[in-house]
Parts: sequence; structure tokens; C-alpha cells
Amino acid sequence: MHTFAYARPTELAEAVALLEAHGPDARLLAGGTDLIIRLRDGSARPGVVIDVKRIAEMRPSIREEAGCLVIGAGTVMSDIAADDRARRVFPALAEAAAVVGSVQIRNRATLAGNVCNASPAADTAPALLVYGARVVAVGPAGTRRIPIDGFFVRSGVTTLARGEIVTAIELPVPERAMGAVHVRRTRRRGHDLASVTLCCGVDTAGVTRLAYGSVGPRPVLGVDESGVLADPAAPDAVKGPIFERLFVDASPSARSMRASPEYRQAMLRVLGARALRVAIDRLAQR
Amino acid sequence: MSASAAMLPIELTVNGQRRAIEVAVHHTLLDVLRDDLGLTGTKECCLVGECGACTVILDGRTVDSCLVLAVEADGLEITTVEGLAADQGLSLLQQAFLDKGAVQCGFCIPGQLVSAHALLADNPHPTVPEIQEGLAGNLCRCGCYQQISDAVLATADGAGR
Repeated sequence: MHTFAYARPTELAEAVALLEAHGPDARLLAGGTDLIIRLRDGSARPGVVIDVKRIAEMRPSIREEAGCLVIGAGTVMSDIAADDRARRVFPALAEAAAVVGSVQIRNRATLAGNVCNASPAADTAPALLVYGARVVAVGPAGTRRIPIDGFFVRSGVTTLARGEIVTAIELPVPERAMGAVHVRRTRRRGHDLASVTLCCGVDTAGVTRLAYGSVGPRPVLGVDESGVLADPAAPDAVKGPIFERLFVDASPSARSMRASPEYRQAMLRVLGARALRVAIDRLAQR
Repeated sequence: MSASAAMLPIELTVNGQRRAIEVAVHHTLLDVLRDDLGLTGTKECCLVGECGACTVILDGRTVDSCLVLAVEADGLEITTVEGLAADQGLSLLQQAFLDKGAVQCGFCIPGQLVSAHALLADNPHPTVPEIQEGLAGNLCRCGCYQQISDAVLATADGAGR
């Protein structure tokens, strides 16, 4: 591993100042499950690594605030998977957090890091898209809230500005009851990256939200407000074209070694149909 | 605070012992445990957080020590495989690994033991699927998964560890 300067600020303002001063030469370090790998293989060569884990505002926390569940940037996947409120109100997010990596990875990897790393295969991204999460970012110009659908650009690239640090992810508690589920396809059970990762949510107004990742440069959200997909009695001939429209933005790469584009496209529909059925069932049970 | 380069002093509690050392900022906890502290039970293998050979317990939770900088562990408590047994002997879990034939080449075993130890601390009576999920981050290329699972089950059934 090449050497770098290590900073461990305890104040958020210090971290913002460092990040603003060093720009792309600085990298934030939270769980490190992505960054340390890249430091070692040389694909990231920052001059400064800013460890954010000792900043008070970044400490692990899951709290309720103004109609939202607020997940602090230092919160790791294990905590989200085990959190009662997350499991009750945002079960698809808890399910996604529970399948990221292995126990060792989940004990270290943060939700904020998963989002900022902007991997197309990020398992938590589809659930965050379905739940309409917002990314809370603090920067030189103050605090802003970025809707998650406007946050991802492509692998490793987000709409964060220079000097901005994600301090939390906010999930608005759904106004209408929702049934939702996260599903994924991997090469092996246990510890693997997803060939397709997908979340579907259906609410009492008949709105279906379906989001998926690992099938293109960024995770994608599709919404059906017609009520057709959410209606188990709707005929397949009517459902088919609406269901298919959800997947128009899927563009899996032919270069990925995990699965071929044809396989991903096929599994996307299989998982989509499966998740839709479970989401409808879960809504009925609420 | 300005950024610091090269070497930094840190304090760790490793297997109950306080250690004040100076570490290179780009060295991982794995590097420091093995090369600076001589605790070679923790193994280096994939270096990408997939195999679990370098698993240690950091402030009560298992982590891949190849993905943690030593400076990140400043002030924290670490348990390595050398710290699993209370005295010079073996823990019940370690003995069960031997009794069930879970150890072939042995390279993955320190990581398996640390993960299994942490699993049983959280969940004293795991089911087989819970054991499989709990140890999914520890690969065994000899393929002793069945015997490892049996050893964890046998320990869970025993009276304490």
C-alpha cells in the first residue's frame, strides 16, 4: 500500500475544511471495506485519508426525527439489519443490509459508504430508491438534502460537490402502508456481489415502486402509478407491457464477469415478478 | 487538525494487554498484529475481505483485519485467536474443532475460530443455517465446512465454553 497522510478530525467542520482543501486528493474513510482494497491495489492513490469515525455527528445512530428514520453516517449494516424500527417500517432495507458481504463486512461497512461508493451493485440502493430516501450532506455552503434518485451518477460518482460529506441517510416514514421486499441473485450463497439486486414496494394507493441494481451503470427506479401491477387480479395481458416498462433502463454490461447481459435481463424479470408477489402479500398482511 | 503522515503512536488493548506502539499509517491492523506484535495466529490471505483468514474481534465485533488500518484501531480492544482461551489450554470450541476433525491444513482455522467464538457469544444456540450464515465470511479450501459446523454445534450443546 502506498503511503498517505492520515487525518482523524473530531469536528465535522474540520473534515469539511480538509476535504475542501484537498479535493480529489482526499478520500473519506468510514468502514474501509471498499477504500482499503482500493488503496492496496493502487486504484485509489489519495494524498490524504480522512477517517470520519471519531466525528460526533458521524457516530453510529438510528433515530426517529420529524417523520423520518435517520441513519447516521457511521451506522454499519449489522446495526441496520438488527434494528427493530428499520425491520418494522423499512423491512426491505433491513433485508438488504443483512446480505451485504459477510458478518465481518457488515460489522464494518456503513450505509453511507455503500451509497457514496455508488457501486451499481450496491445492495442497499434499490431499497433506498423504493423508500424515497434522502442523503444529508454537509459542505462548505451548509447542509442540503439530496433525493437518492438524484445522487447516483455511475460507479464511484455521485452528485456530491467538492467538500461535501454525507452525515446521514433519511428515510421518510411512508404516508400509506407499504409492503416491500429486497431480493437478489448471486453466484453463490453467502458472501458474493449481486448479479441482480432488486427491491419492490407496493402501497395501499396501488403504487408500485421497483428498483434494481447491478444491471447498468447506476441503480434504477421504476414507478407504476396505474394500480395494475399492484392488483393481483389484473390480467397478464394488461400487466405484461407495464411490467416490461419498468425495465427499459436496464443496460447490463457485457464485460462484467459475474453474469452475462442476457442472464441479468432474464433474472431481472424473474426477481421482479417474485418481489412484486411478495410485496403484495406483505401489504395484505399489514 | 492537520493530516499526519508516516508514523503515528497508537494504543491498543490486544487480548487484554495494553500495547503502546508506533505504526505506519498505511499499515493494516493485520500487518501490525503479525509483524509488530508477533501475533501470527491471524493469517494473511486474500487481502480483499473475502476469505476471513484475518478475522479478529474489534470492540466486540468480528472484522477482517486486512481491511482496517492499524491507526483506526487506536484506543480499541482487539481479540485474536491467541486470546480465545482463558488460560494456556484450548477453549471448548478449539477442542471441538480438533475432536470433530475440522482442521485439515489449518490455515483458515484461526479465522473460523474467531468467527465461531463471536457467533456463539451473540447466539449461544445457533441453528445450522445460522452457523452457515455466521461463518459465510470464512472460506475453507480443504472443504471442512461440515466438520466446522459440527464443532460449533457441539460447543453450543455443551455446558458453557
